[in-house]
Amino acid sequence: MTQTLNLTINGTARAIALDDPRATLLDVLRERIGLTGTKKGCDRGQCGACTVLIDGRRMNACLALALSHDGASITTVEGLAQAEELHPVQAAFIRHDGFQCGYCTPGQIMSAVALIAEGEAGLDPERVREGMSGNLCRCAAYAGITEAVLDATRVMTAREDAA
Amino acid sequence: MNPFDYTRADTLEAAVGADGAILAGGTNLLDLMKIGVATPSRLVDISRLPMREIDDHDGGLRIGAMVSNADLARDPRILARFPAVAEALLSGASPQLRNAASTGGNVMQATRCSYFQDPLSPCNRREPGSGCSAIGGVTRNHAILGWSDACIATHPSDLCVALAAFDAVVHVTGPTGTRSVPMARFHPLPDAVGVPPALSAGEVITHVTLPDPGGMARHARYLKLRERTSYAFAIVSAAAGVHVEDGRIVAARLALGGVAARPWRAHAAEAALIGQPASGDAFAHAAALAVQGAAPSGDNAAKIVLAQRIALRALMLAAQGTPDRMPALPASVFEGDDHG
Repeated sequence: MTQTLNLTINGTARAIALDDPRATLLDVLRERIGLTGTKKGCDRGQCGACTVLIDGRRMNACLALALSHDGASITTVEGLAQAEELHPVQAAFIRHDGFQCGYCTPGQIMSAVALIAEGEAGLDPERVREGMSGNLCRCAAYAGITEAVLDATRVMTAREDAA
Repeated sequence: MNPFDYTRADTLEAAVGADGAILAGGTNLLDLMKIGVATPSRLVDISRLPMREIDDHDGGLRIGAMVSNADLARDPRILARFPAVAEALLSGASPQLRNAASTGGNVMQATRCSYFQDPLSPCNRREPGSGCSAIGGVTRNHAILGWSDACIATHPSDLCVALAAFDAVVHVTGPTGTRSVPMARFHPLPDAVGVPPALSAGEVITHVTLPDPGGMARHARYLKLRERTSYAFAIVSAAAGVHVEDGRIVAARLALGGVAARPWRAHAAEAALIGQPASGDAFAHAAALAVQGAAPSGDNAAKIVLAQRIALRALMLAAQGTPDRMPALPASVFEGDDHG
């Protein structure tokens, strides 16, 4: 039986006909919508490469059954930049060389955006590392990733203070 | 993943008695379905049911089954009154998983025994009577208490250990009515042929209650030994609470994790502490009592010693008092070390 899945993806409302309820949110994003920024790494919730925001919260899209999230708002890495202007977290990853091969990077960036919004790590590198522990980087760019998250936190805090 | 039908339950009545596997956060069930260990023909999605509230309840708390692990760990009342519950939650999984995973789902999560997780290995837990592949295998994550020749698997939850220590009760609604079971006895121990299920067909966990912690509210900790400091299951863990008045212990709580098919509440250790000073000697005696009757289920005798040490240290940390702010590395054995 075909079921209709309604999602708002990066601000755009989408109605997707699903003839198989086995689809995960990750499958829908990559194979139905064509948003391949979100990566499939382990597909078991262990690596974090598929991290997206579901109603503002970071989750593993590979373990999210798509139909269970009918009606949700999804933000993927494609939804962060404003036209040509990168999101502060994206810019900070480039500035601090927070990657090597880049495969884990969309998940790292989405996780970092959420970590900063959660507001619990602040500028404590230990809390940033713990808060990013759900995102593995096989190239081990962790030092750059931590610096990027700390720098983005500073930039975003300064912008908020200026606003 | 095998094909299945998907239905969403709009009411508890629709979920109770429904023929199918209950889907809440999905973080464990979908994983088990992907590896072929769970093969339900129907999923009944309970994630929209109104079970996301945390309410005050006789000095304690009533936690809805769909409250996420992240929301529970951040709740100001949990942090103030049950800090070991928050610390246990934050020591488990990852921020992404904690946002999706539910309270009821955490209670119902399957063992991480690698033989249970491999559909090709005989397993009495998956198929009673088929045998246990873990016995004689790699057993460092397996039980030292309450195991049988049919199953030596452990329950992987951190949350449940802290809930068991602080007298939580799991509330269940089924086709024939409701029942309430203490967390410490909710998961059946293995018998001679297999492991009875914690829930009968058609039953749904609706909420978990925690009673008033009294003087232990700010003297409670969770401590977890693991192979890496973040995002790893416990080798052994302990939740502890201590209430001291006029230099003597008047109440104590202790439960061990990673050692049995259920969180292992150490009643004898708690009883032995009453009336004692909050001293290293008293806590060491209690920690020894906590592993009384422990036996290796394979090449894992070291866990008996490790569990005793973690219990001792958790009791000492609890007596020192809960830190005002959650440690940067929750439940870490490296807390206070100059390792950064």
